[in-house]
Amino acid sequence: MNYAALRRPLRPLARILRARDTGEDPEEIARENLRLRHEQIALKARARAESRLLVMGLAFLCAFCVIGLRMGVIAQTDPEEPRAAATGNPIIGQRADIVDRNGRILATNLDTHALYAQPREMIDPAHAATELVRIFPELDEERLLRDFTGERRFLWIRRQISPEQLQAVHDIGEPGLLFGPREMRLYPNGPIAAHILGGASYGREGVDSAEVIGTAGVERFFDAYLRDPAREGEPLALSIDMTVQAAMEEVLGGGMTLLNAKGAAAVILDVHTGEIMAMASLPDFDPNNRPPVLTEGDQSDSPLFNRALQGVYELGSVFKIFAVGQAVELGLLNANTMIDTRGPLTWGRFRIRDFHDYGAQLSATDVIVKSSNIGTARIALQIGAERQRDFLGRLGFLEPTQVEMIEAPTGAPLLPRQWSEISTMTISYGHGLSASPLHLAAGYASLLNGGTRIVPTLLRQDGPQQGERVVREDVSAVARDMLRAVVTRGTASFAEVPGYEVGGKTGTADKPRPNGGGYYDDKVVATFAGVFPANDPQYVIIVTLDEPVETSGAQPRRTAGWTAVPVAAEMIRRTAPLLGLRPQVELATLDGVVVSAEN
Amino acid sequence: MTEMVYGTVPVRTGDPVIPRWWRTIDKWSMSCILMLFGIGLMLGLASSPPLAARNGLDPFYYVSRQAFFGGVAIVVMVVTSMMNPQLVRRLAVLGFVGAFVALALLPIFGTDFCKGAVRWYSFGFASVQPSEFLKPGFVVVAAWFMAAGQEIAGPPGKTYSFVLAVIIVSFLALQPDFGQAALVLFSWGVMYFVAGAPMTILVGLAGLVVFVGTIAYAESEHFARRIDGFLNPDVDPTTQLGYATNAIREGGFFGVGVGEGQVKWSLPDAHTDFIIAVAAEEYGLICVLVIIALYTTVVVRSLMRLMKERDTFVRLAGCGLACAFGVQAMINMGVAVRLLPAKGMTLPFVSYGGSSLIAGGIAVGMLLAFTRTRPQGGMSDILGRAGR
Repeated sequence: MNYAALRRPLRPLARILRARDTGEDPEEIARENLRLRHEQIALKARARAESRLLVMGLAFLCAFCVIGLRMGVIAQTDPEEPRAAATGNPIIGQRADIVDRNGRILATNLDTHALYAQPREMIDPAHAATELVRIFPELDEERLLRDFTGERRFLWIRRQISPEQLQAVHDIGEPGLLFGPREMRLYPNGPIAAHILGGASYGREGVDSAEVIGTAGVERFFDAYLRDPAREGEPLALSIDMTVQAAMEEVLGGGMTLLNAKGAAAVILDVHTGEIMAMASLPDFDPNNRPPVLTEGDQSDSPLFNRALQGVYELGSVFKIFAVGQAVELGLLNANTMIDTRGPLTWGRFRIRDFHDYGAQLSATDVIVKSSNIGTARIALQIGAERQRDFLGRLGFLEPTQVEMIEAPTGAPLLPRQWSEISTMTISYGHGLSASPLHLAAGYASLLNGGTRIVPTLLRQDGPQQGERVVREDVSAVARDMLRAVVTRGTASFAEVPGYEVGGKTGTADKPRPNGGGYYDDKVVATFAGVFPANDPQYVIIVTLDEPVETSGAQPRRTAGWTAVPVAAEMIRRTAPLLGLRPQVELATLDGVVVSAEN
Repeated sequence: MTEMVYGTVPVRTGDPVIPRWWRTIDKWSMSCILMLFGIGLMLGLASSPPLAARNGLDPFYYVSRQAFFGGVAIVVMVVTSMMNPQLVRRLAVLGFVGAFVALALLPIFGTDFCKGAVRWYSFGFASVQPSEFLKPGFVVVAAWFMAAGQEIAGPPGKTYSFVLAVIIVSFLALQPDFGQAALVLFSWGVMYFVAGAPMTILVGLAGLVVFVGTIAYAESEHFARRIDGFLNPDVDPTTQLGYATNAIREGGFFGVGVGEGQVKWSLPDAHTDFIIAVAAEEYGLICVLVIIALYTTVVVRSLMRLMKERDTFVRLAGCGLACAFGVQAMINMGVAVRLLPAKGMTLPFVSYGGSSLIAGGIAVGMLLAFTRTRPQGGMSDILGRAGR
């Protein structure tokens, strides 16, 4: 029994009721009615479907037309760029050259080849292995043979081969030995500017090319820039001058050998533009064949360690000029103000001594000239911790240098945990705050160039930096006069280079023992920080020697005046002409020459 | 005379099957299908030897397989198109049930061909993708439900068919095979539209598709990468799409010449998803336009013929099949010209693939069966008996 059928309403009710009365079959009427209704629904649905199908048809027609048109548009345009033969991302091997400020090449690329093998293609693996070992004696014949006859389908044999080796391998005549073109990074000057350039190695390698990526120095810092295809190989111009760099490294190397130093660093910086004209650290390395990173011991002993940038040292008395300069700027004293230098100066459990006893008092200039720790500490006390910290911060001593090398952030200065009054005093003569030679160069340049902050850079600049003012111009001049006096009649007398009016300050800092056990008696870091010419400042020079000792006298001498200063003087003598500075020759007197005219 | 005037042919009982089939079949559509298959073989000659070489097979291995499966597909198509709609419906429902079970069992017995999705059953000589067979079956079943739903006191067929669509789509999305899922959803939508969907629901559905798409974009990395590639205005010349675009450019109007194309060497899917790029490169825009015209003819002619159809089931099923066929071709070519986001979808009858060829043969055979000329009661209209 169909319940739904029972509940179905009787439609059309009137006719069915009438039919019941007249004895007709009501079912038939209901069926007829149902058929008519059904037909009506179908008619309506069909009419609606007809228009909707038309819409669909038109939509498909349009869509296919659009695709056809789009095909036509694409077919009309030219193919975009040559495709790489292999699937996957192409490896872009090009890398821009690096040149010095005059366009001399520091780093370039050389076309070379990599050698690889496809053992499946090999005809005579045994012969190939024997011949390969003859060409490359360092290869192991048995292992090669094992690789050639085993399951491997591909193996690299050598990453770079010379043209002679290429020819020799070619002459083996083995079709399974193949060459992949490579670009090889070449540093034609060998170790010159090694630390600045850093080095490069291969990144992703394919058969057709390999990525050359920077591993250190500017190569790493400007890696993306150098590899940017949009720059079309335009070289990267650095601020350094290759000839100056070469001369500096030569002199520094000679000085380091003569003075038995463990290491040495030097920086020459343009005081107006902040350009690093030369920066060297010894011992150095050849970036064409970068030594491996030390796996044990102190990384700062590695030749890879850049002492000029990463090495932070207590640089000693070279800091005194900052204290005196700031005191002059603050109006606490002038060049002739007498400073109490009676010693020792006792502060709590600390005692500050001088190298010699300089008597009861010295003028401010003489505090610098004679390098009095006590005098400087007294001046620093007047300045106070807050102001000293602020001043050193404006000179850039509180943060890593922002020079364009990947290692720059690792050269962070070591600051006292608490900038107490005793810290203030020791920092004033260069202890208790460790900074890199490059920090010192930037600080000297900012103080002495007329008093505006400069930030050292390795990129060639077009004009002087417009940094914030650090000290007044006259303060800068006073500081220069004091530094000049140090050379003419003070501790840096060996720095006198005729015609170049060198001014500068020596610093001899005892090296701290490792693990905070006080200071060594016989190990120093000797530094000379200078400016030349003092009357028209152009360049700042920093020379730092690690553990130098001068043994020509009766006693071994370690002070900077005997070690760093002569090296710096020789450096200036060699590089100043290369830097384009004319010697300021004093004109011979014209006495006895009579100018007359007769007519 | 009657046929000329009314486009109808009275069916005589005892009429031989094949002559009647020949008189009533849509010869234009069938010719188009056969031409498409011929073009597919021709392109297979160009596109598949590199693949055969990569797999270390005889150069024409894939072409001969394509010819074999194509022959089977054509026979299947012709046989299917000879059936009457009721028989088609019965067999399609059975086929649908079988394919659905196969789909449901995929995670257990299926094979992953290292493409990140289990979509195939692997039998030694061939592999079968159940979703290819499920699609036409689903269309017929859904059309049946909807047609039944239009009867007075019939079941709520639209709801049933929607539930069915959702179940299938979720199965496909789990594989994941968003392409087939989208096709199933699309063909259901088309049928629902033709069956008389209210406008509000159509708009709501469009919103739902956008919503689901957004979810899929957020949840599936596979899906998101393709959409991102599409939205990125400049095409990376080292992607599949980049190669395809460059191939079309290389081809120009008349192509680089038979066998001279390069794209087949770089594209792993040159014989399936990107066969249109091979066509464009070797035979030029002309060939591509011919292919597009063939698809358009099949789809538009079928829809026009269905406009005259009075049987709701036949109309809906035919419309669903025609649209699924057309939209698959459209998506494939739309991807190659970057009108649509990258979605792996074969070009029906042209792309290589045994299982998709045979499934395509079944689907098109059904479509041809539904679009055959049948008496549509035009006579009773004229005699004024309708609606009485």
